[in-house]
Amino acid sequence: MKRFFFLTILVTLLLATCTPKGPATLTVMTHDSFSVSADVVTAFEQANNVTVTFLKSGDAGAALNKAILTKDAPLADVFYGVDNTFLSRALGAGIYEAYASPLLANIPAEFQLDPQHRALPVDYGDVCINYDKAYFADHNLAVPQSLEELTRLEYNGLLVVENPATSSPGLAFLLATVKHFGADGYLDYWRSLRANGVIVVDGWETAYYTNFSASSGHGPQPMVVSYASSPAAEVIYAETPLTESPTASILAPDTCFRQIEFVGILNGTQHRALAEKFVDFMLGVTFQEDMPLQMFMYPVNPAASLPETFVKYAPLSEQPAALSPDLIAAHRDQWIAAWTEVVLR
Amino acid sequence: MGFRRLFPWLGVSLFLGLFFFYPLARILWLGLNPASLANLDLSSLRFTFYVLRFTFYQALLSTLLTLLIGLPAATLFARFDLRGKSMLRLLTAIPFMLPTVVVAAGFNALLGPRGWINLGLMQLFGLESPPIVFVYTLWAILLAHVFYNTTIVIRVVGNALAHLDPRLEQAARLLGADARRAFWRVTLPLLRPPILAAALLVFLFDFTSFGVILLLGGPRFATLEVEIYIQAIQIFDLPLAAVLSLIQLLCTLAFSVLYSRIVTHMTVATAPRAAASNLRRARGWREKLFVGGMIALLLALFLLPMASLPLRSVARLESARGERAAVSYGLTTDYYAELFVNRLGSLFYVPPFEALANSLIYAAVTVVLSLALGFPVASALARPGRLERLLDPFLMLPLGASAVTLGLGFIITFNKPLLTGHGSLITSPLLVPLAHTIIALPFVIRSLQPALASIPDRLRQAAASLGASPRRVWFTVDWPIVARATLAAAIFAFTVSLGEFGATSLVSRPEYPTLPIAIYRFLSQPGGLNYGQAMAMATILMGVTGLGILLIERFRLPGAGEF
Repeated sequence: MKRFFFLTILVTLLLATCTPKGPATLTVMTHDSFSVSADVVTAFEQANNVTVTFLKSGDAGAALNKAILTKDAPLADVFYGVDNTFLSRALGAGIYEAYASPLLANIPAEFQLDPQHRALPVDYGDVCINYDKAYFADHNLAVPQSLEELTRLEYNGLLVVENPATSSPGLAFLLATVKHFGADGYLDYWRSLRANGVIVVDGWETAYYTNFSASSGHGPQPMVVSYASSPAAEVIYAETPLTESPTASILAPDTCFRQIEFVGILNGTQHRALAEKFVDFMLGVTFQEDMPLQMFMYPVNPAASLPETFVKYAPLSEQPAALSPDLIAAHRDQWIAAWTEVVLR
Repeated sequence: MGFRRLFPWLGVSLFLGLFFFYPLARILWLGLNPASLANLDLSSLRFTFYVLRFTFYQALLSTLLTLLIGLPAATLFARFDLRGKSMLRLLTAIPFMLPTVVVAAGFNALLGPRGWINLGLMQLFGLESPPIVFVYTLWAILLAHVFYNTTIVIRVVGNALAHLDPRLEQAARLLGADARRAFWRVTLPLLRPPILAAALLVFLFDFTSFGVILLLGGPRFATLEVEIYIQAIQIFDLPLAAVLSLIQLLCTLAFSVLYSRIVTHMTVATAPRAAASNLRRARGWREKLFVGGMIALLLALFLLPMASLPLRSVARLESARGERAAVSYGLTTDYYAELFVNRLGSLFYVPPFEALANSLIYAAVTVVLSLALGFPVASALARPGRLERLLDPFLMLPLGASAVTLGLGFIITFNKPLLTGHGSLITSPLLVPLAHTIIALPFVIRSLQPALASIPDRLRQAAASLGASPRRVWFTVDWPIVARATLAAAIFAFTVSLGEFGATSLVSRPEYPTLPIAIYRFLSQPGGLNYGQAMAMATILMGVTGLGILLIERFRLPGAGEF
């Protein structure tokens, strides 16, 4: 039995030694949805003589909380993946060092939500209702063109949304209704949505693959809260080549909520110069053009051209709903709690 | 209390102390310091009470249902000789390592509003709407818990039943008891410790249920674990999350203490027999009905929900999607082929065999580590002294700790290097099997302990008095009897590791994803190809774990003999 004991000690010691420190390693902490082409990263590594390590840390909320909890001894040099719904939490916790990248000059002001340049915009997208084209055509049903129309009887039981307490698109859609109906009107709207048989599920995976009729799960609801880019993904990841997406987004004014994702240099980094280079790299055209097909988000850098599938199948809303990060931070929990009372209890 | 008694506990105390209790204490302390507690809202505590009540209620119902199915199933496997038994037992073991998102997809394909049972009934009776409402009901939660945990009852109770000395029951029959009376008065009392051990494991698993509640119960149901996740991650209210975690831990501890109190008064050492001596074919119509009925029940419960995954992994939607009535499928191997293609050149693409290899390496380390740590402790617990009775309940705590809380605890504890000059532990890929070992340990200990306790001391004394050294006694008396229990423990550790998702997703490195992580990656993007690949990966996971279990079961340990 002594052997077992020593084995334990041995393993424990091994663990502590198994991550050797390289002279130039840049660590980038991200959420699970982050992706990038291998050759794009390799080019950055070769140009700057650095090894980039990515640390995926759960969903957007979990990754941010980890960054906040470890801010005294940061695990990484750069943190990517805070969106405008979480931005105030990140800035309030002081996890970032300011960096006014020269590339910000090209990026439209509407994306630059932090005037002190601690969090720099990288990409954006719209959370929109996707609909099943075939269903609406077969049933001679008009596609709803506003949030109000969703409460009509002909759409009874046809919409599935995500719980804003557990899902980021769910929260985004709740915020769109808050923006449109105001903080004192959105609950009444949700009461009528509930009366009209809205289905609430825990997260995007369930909503899309179990409930949505146009996905491979061919569920019962022909409308789902997803992303404006999802129809493009349906074409790119189709089982058989498609010339037309089976889904499309409702893009009417105020029905979509705009999400912007940010990157920043973590306070206390030992590699400030490299971290700056990496942030510049993320804002630069190469990364910005690679990102749409990797993460299904849109580049903030106007110089980056969109892939053809995006232009064709994933148009954005012209009038998306937006709320200031401070307002969201101040009321988010209260809005979610009130929503839970009205819709779930 | 000499060093001799403390010695078996050294490994486990060191391991759990460093990797479980210390990070847990750190994160709880962060949330529970007096300053942050002062801001705690009382109304949120009242809500906590409702959540606690539901958590308890669903866990109790689930456990009772699991025993209701599991005990007859354990009898079937332990007492009857039937063809294809190992395949049937394998079938009941596979769910244990399937990620909840895949199980939810399986149940939906079967019982969902557009599942084939509902579609069939609608067609048969010309109904307008699906007659069975299953998903997002309490029944979905209960059935999924039974689906996941029946294997625990089968392994723990079945193993004990298989080795029960049949002469005790025969003696009762000779003394005039009929079969039923002999079962109730002799067999069942002897089985109480393993039944309780299994019930406790099942109960704790259900008590801390997370994925099943979210995916099959829907947002109307919340357990403590779900609330902890919402508070810790989404709302970032660490004080409330810490209070909830503490409540969950204290409940776990209370159940475990209760269990050890009850079970110490029950354990009777009998001479265990070779499993084969208890096996026979079904005789008479009653037994045949029982065997046939149980086989049908197990097939319906386990095969039907799982069958849709491999079926779906080779089926392509043919017709235009969105047509609500008929969906036709064509056969395809595209999804499997696509697994080997990095279509968009992603940095995080992992070929299926690499994900498989990662999973298997993690599982192997978990098996070795949890057996190495669990064996000495289980031996000590088999002959409990005051120390053992005191420490026993704490061993179950890993099952009651919220994965989210522990994950955050890991982050704040291991973000700095343990030894100066080395990397921090949090970025090490070995953290994954460590986390898996924490979860597997209670299973390993609870599978080994009853077997070790069942060995009568007089056998050891006899061997010793014939001149055998302590080591020789262990190898000739203990080992042959516990060898099978060791296999059961190994299978538990293996399956826990292969299926674990919650802790893995919090501590894993993106370059070394496990199979469940790879499945989630596919399911997090739209597109038929992604869905198909997720089903293909799930099928591979089922196949490999099935093979793994078969291999471990076939593995003849040296000296194990017929036990």
